[in-house]
Amino acid sequence: MKINRKLFPYVLTLPALLVCVGILIPFFTAVYYSLQRYNLKMPHMKGFIWFDNYINIFTDASFWNTIKVSLTYTFFTIIVELLLGLGIALLLAKRNWLNNILGVLLILPLMIAPALASLIWKLMINPNFGIVNYILSFVGLSEFTWASHPDTVLFTLIMVDVWVFTPFIMVLLLAGLRSLPRQPFEAAELDGVPEYYKFFRITLPMLFPFILTASLFRLLESIQQFDIIYALSQGGPGESSMVFQVSAYLHTFQYTNIGKSAAMMVVLWAICYFLCHVFVQQWQKLKIKTKGELLQ
Amino acid sequence: MSHSKMKNAVDTFLKGKMSRRDLLIKAGKYGIGFAALTQLMGTQVTSALAAQDFDWKKHSGTTIKLLMNKHPYMDSMIAELDNFKALTGMNVEYDIFAEDVYFDKVTAALSSKSSEYDAFMTGAYMTWTYGPAGWCADLNDYIGDSSKTNPSYNWNDVVGNLRDACSWSGVAGEVPGGAGSKQWCMPWGFELNSVTYNQRYFDKAGMKPPSNLPEMTDQAEWFTKNPDEWSYGIGTRGSRSWATIHPGFMSAYANYGLSDFENNGGKLKAAMNSQASKDFHEQWVKMISSSGPKNWSNYTWYEVGNDIGAGSSAMIFDADILGYFFNGNPDNKEAGNFGFHGFTPNPSASAPTPNVWIWSLAMSNFSKNKDAAWYWMQWANGPENAMAGGVKHNQVNPVRESVWASGDFDDKIRGTSPGYMEQYNSSIDGSKIHFTAQPLFFETTTEWAAALQEMQTGSNVGETLDKLAGKIDGMMKDVGLA
Repeated sequence: MKINRKLFPYVLTLPALLVCVGILIPFFTAVYYSLQRYNLKMPHMKGFIWFDNYINIFTDASFWNTIKVSLTYTFFTIIVELLLGLGIALLLAKRNWLNNILGVLLILPLMIAPALASLIWKLMINPNFGIVNYILSFVGLSEFTWASHPDTVLFTLIMVDVWVFTPFIMVLLLAGLRSLPRQPFEAAELDGVPEYYKFFRITLPMLFPFILTASLFRLLESIQQFDIIYALSQGGPGESSMVFQVSAYLHTFQYTNIGKSAAMMVVLWAICYFLCHVFVQQWQKLKIKTKGELLQ
Repeated sequence: MSHSKMKNAVDTFLKGKMSRRDLLIKAGKYGIGFAALTQLMGTQVTSALAAQDFDWKKHSGTTIKLLMNKHPYMDSMIAELDNFKALTGMNVEYDIFAEDVYFDKVTAALSSKSSEYDAFMTGAYMTWTYGPAGWCADLNDYIGDSSKTNPSYNWNDVVGNLRDACSWSGVAGEVPGGAGSKQWCMPWGFELNSVTYNQRYFDKAGMKPPSNLPEMTDQAEWFTKNPDEWSYGIGTRGSRSWATIHPGFMSAYANYGLSDFENNGGKLKAAMNSQASKDFHEQWVKMISSSGPKNWSNYTWYEVGNDIGAGSSAMIFDADILGYFFNGNPDNKEAGNFGFHGFTPNPSASAPTPNVWIWSLAMSNFSKNKDAAWYWMQWANGPENAMAGGVKHNQVNPVRESVWASGDFDDKIRGTSPGYMEQYNSSIDGSKIHFTAQPLFFETTTEWAAALQEMQTGSNVGETLDKLAGKIDGMMKDVGLA
């Protein structure tokens, strides 16, 4: 059977279109529910209230706190993981047997489910029998409050996130470092360029697309983090570690308030979309700039 | 020969005409081991049920599916399930989930109107969501129907407070068990919130269990300031969850005559910020801050139980069965050292008023085998299985008066957990659900727990409670209840 030449491209794109529709159905369902008063335990009250859910959440101080906590968590996890991941990748960039072994060992945390990693940390930082507290007691820090105080809970959660996900950044940047062309480095070597200059003017700019990719992945994961936070603090104490996903989880499964939860998720989508857009824009600018420099 | 004599002896025992001790002596005489005796008893109970004027085989060949939480109650039911299958000819399948995810699974199954599960375990509070949403069946339709319920079922044998707590009219503010209530679930096992203390530690400290909250605070402070084998004084839950409010906290709150809401003709107003409530919160927060675990805001029932089991805490104010199970598990360092104490927090009150948590059985409204599911429910909650659960297994606390009154159950509990029966007897009359029944139970109690955490970490008690009450009033207004 011959397929019309004009139709052929559309047939080829059909699987992608189907996947796209599969993705869009839940999205539009969430938008649809977000416009309704839809609480499973009060079916008689179900009905369109249009933007009331959005008005309610934006006039609620708790929601602004959720945005603040989510963005703070995302910002610090990405920054710390990038710095550590880059540092470790630079240390492991040279291929030798020790670096190869260390490279494998360092990605072990990534192989542990985040919820499980959180439970392991929960035991390690237990004030009664935790090994971390025991070690800290030698430097007079045995009373550190970890996830049980508003002042230290975010630090604790970020620390666990960093422990789990730094290897992800490290792996991506290590792959990037090892794929960089040798010529610019050889030329710099011949010219006697100092190491810091090589790093900031050659390595870092060439690695930037990898850094952006890694950051983008981590941004999307971090802002939607649930496992680590729920396992360690459930969003508390008080509201001090309440992030989008924990709040949406509570509203869906415990409060059965589907309308409000959907509105929160649509706002989260908008924030993710905006941040990704900024990232991709920067990426495009960088590509154009790199091409321009190459043309010169 | 000896087998038939033993069957006669078991029959006599089941009729209440022979003590357990005599039965065991006879079993020894006939060379029958405990396992074989247990099996024989199960068979005899099944035969006795089968002999009733009730068609237990009506749904023979039908398969029902249960959604269950991992719990000793469930284990005791599973241990007896073959008897049910033999009695009815029915097949029973079940899915078991850990408590962390169990209620999410129930919500997902019921809200999607799935007919996969015919019956499920639940808590009474949950039915304040499931019932009005139309997710579970009104069991009054079955309990009162003699064509569907076996003659020995005896619903009235179930402790009255518990029966009431599992029913509600669906109207916010109306009391569970009041007029027009629907029976959304049937009690299966329950927890009274009392004091479990480490008898060895208290003896060492020359103390008796506390007689009220101020004394509990002083004792807990003493234990915390004088660490020995223990590290702190009092264990209570503190996680950011409704489950922090309902055990010791609510039991003490109610004992002080305090209420969560004022009900003004069906309109509810948060009452957590009354002056008396602020005073109570101040006292509670002071006790937790000075003598609770250092990471109190992460504490669920598991940590509370684990700490007293491991000997870290001197006492807990939580579910009595938590102490019972940790006391009975030899893996715990302090197993066997616990005492149980019915607790009256308010110095002016005359008796304990524990808030009650009830593990219950409910029927899915989307089940395609409701009548068959009811057969399983009346068996699981029936007097014979309740007795087997209480005496042979770990169905503590049983919901039937007849089990509590049985000498065998009494012997078993007194033998393993001194003071437990006294704790029960002093607490049961004042026990009930002390929360106001209303559809936003989980929202309001989770916010309450979050507020408690804030107060424990330094926020002003009065201001935090005013803020909490304002927030809850706003929630109520949103759904037309304020």
